[in-house]
Amino acid sequence: MGDILGLLGSGLLQALEPLNFAMIIIGVVLGLLVGAMPGLGSVNGVAILLPITFLVPPTAAIIFLAAIYYGAMYGGAISSITLGIPGASTAVATVFDGRPLAQKGKADKALTAAAVASFIGGTISIVLFTLFAPPLAEFALKFGPAEEFALMVLAFATFIGLGGDDIPKTIFSILIGLVLATIGLDIISGQPRLVFFDVTGFLRGINFLVLAIGIYGIGEMLWTLEQTKGEVTVHNVKLSMKEIFKDIKDVKEYIGTTSLGSALGYFVGTLPAAGATPASLMSYGLAKTFSKDPDSFGKGNVSGVAAPEAANNAASTGSMLPMITLGIPGSPTTAILLGGMIIWGLRPGPLLFTEHPEFVWGLIGSLYIANLMTLIINLLFIPLFVKILTLPFTILAPTIYILCVVGGYAPTQSMHDVWLMFLFGVMGYLLRKLNYPVAPAVLAIVLGPLAERSLRQSLLASQGDPMVFLERPISLICILIAVALVLVPVFQKIRRRQKAAADGPEQAD
Amino acid sequence: MSVRTAELVMAIFLALCSVGLMVKSAELNIGWVPERGPGSGAWPFWLSAGMLLCCLATLYRWFRGITPESRNTSLYMTSDTVVIVGISAGAILFLLAATHWIGLYASLVLFLLFYLKFIGRHSWLVTIALTIGIPIFIFCLFEWALKIPLPKAITEPLFYPIYDLMYS
Repeated sequence: MGDILGLLGSGLLQALEPLNFAMIIIGVVLGLLVGAMPGLGSVNGVAILLPITFLVPPTAAIIFLAAIYYGAMYGGAISSITLGIPGASTAVATVFDGRPLAQKGKADKALTAAAVASFIGGTISIVLFTLFAPPLAEFALKFGPAEEFALMVLAFATFIGLGGDDIPKTIFSILIGLVLATIGLDIISGQPRLVFFDVTGFLRGINFLVLAIGIYGIGEMLWTLEQTKGEVTVHNVKLSMKEIFKDIKDVKEYIGTTSLGSALGYFVGTLPAAGATPASLMSYGLAKTFSKDPDSFGKGNVSGVAAPEAANNAASTGSMLPMITLGIPGSPTTAILLGGMIIWGLRPGPLLFTEHPEFVWGLIGSLYIANLMTLIINLLFIPLFVKILTLPFTILAPTIYILCVVGGYAPTQSMHDVWLMFLFGVMGYLLRKLNYPVAPAVLAIVLGPLAERSLRQSLLASQGDPMVFLERPISLICILIAVALVLVPVFQKIRRRQKAAADGPEQAD
Repeated sequence: MSVRTAELVMAIFLALCSVGLMVKSAELNIGWVPERGPGSGAWPFWLSAGMLLCCLATLYRWFRGITPESRNTSLYMTSDTVVIVGISAGAILFLLAATHWIGLYASLVLFLLFYLKFIGRHSWLVTIALTIGIPIFIFCLFEWALKIPLPKAITEPLFYPIYDLMYS
């Protein structure tokens, strides 16, 4: 425990170094903006801005990106409340009560509650993160290739069991991400693979950023343009510092359910497929269940704004736990952070704690600071953020497209990758319209090379015997949970059918 | 085209892609190499085979009408959507194609001019400010701060004086 406090102290000091602190402030502001813009969330901001981080050392870069992640979780609430459309999918539940409050002219109350609740959620989850991360990383040091592979199978199984999307389409998305990762030189034999039409650009492989920026930059903007037709209307918000301080005192109304929702959000956030959106919905449900006045939910209850906001912030911190300790991202955003770490020359996973403690603890320290700074910046500049929401789409869209094109070019400096990115963006958009989930593909392209290496190393060690994954206890447990997760939807279906049959034919359809 | 038709066309297209990937992977060794483990084509081959199975499952579900998309007869893309998405995609396509020819910066100027003035109908002041400001911002960030040269194609000589200033 004393160890942890000492390391945390040095991490905090590191986060306060001028460069890192500046990165936190810039990241938080950009995150708030990205989060507040309808349709764009943390994942879009992180994907589009990752190429810019080559400017600073890795620790400052991850601090910057984590601050964007953090800010975006706060920012999502701003458009949920003032526009009535979620700024990001993670803020969907915030609309339920945020919108009615805004319509009643109490937008200030909702915005303050969202900010304070986000702070509570953030604080609880960071403390949990600090306590859980070091022991988990130490435990994970024992993992060999077989355990690593089993863990990745488990990560992908969560998408099938908990993702809630069409199962064949989800599996397809995972597999195509893994196949895209195999393009280029084989990591073991060095042979060129899947070099289509002998285009030399494929020899370098497909950088995960090409897929991530394509899908989350170009694809997402096309999707948003279609959804909003480029039009938004803003609710009037009148805010003064006096009001805000008065509203902060309401915290006692929602602190109980908010804390509970934060802890829940943190643990849901650690699961790769679940993450912030379901966590916020679950937290909303929890707050409603435990409320003395559940009927007021959906009509403008402050707790209904606070609960989901606390949970989505907690979940974003939670999703960093498996990324830092196991090298398995807990969300699409952390998948991109993980890919970034590989570009910066770091090997994500348990060794990070021993080999690059300054990186890990700098990141953890920065989370504490970012949490506080986001609260302050958010409360001070709410009116400004609301104003920026009225920025016309015809300015926002071309700016984002340009950042995507330049960001897609920068890592490899080849137009080949930019064309691929455009292709992925359009394909991602078309597939998304048919309910193909795209997040699993991004996770898969990041994990693909690691998964293939651990699979082949395990098989080589066991002379091709696949039982190796079932003979080692940790990998056996992972595989068993993975199987159970895959079977969840099957059982749900059978139970639904049985229930329909039991209810009698007249209710069956 | 209805959503229902789009679902079918997409599943067939993806199934064909999966077969293509399987064939391409099979050009390499997809079996066991003694002392070296699975051949380099094995992993992508079996992944593509899995993709094919998923597409076949989607096709089966289409025929049985299980997926909501296979029962949805509304338009896959309304004419509004085609216009708004088509213009954006077309503009990016032009931006990329023109980059090969006149370089990124000149293309950016044309792209922004088109987007801001002809789609956004913003005032000339806003249009010109952004059309000049954004490329300058991109230049400062990437060429100057990050030292990543962006493609300039035939407009390269125009930048020589700036390089002289930057590197002198």
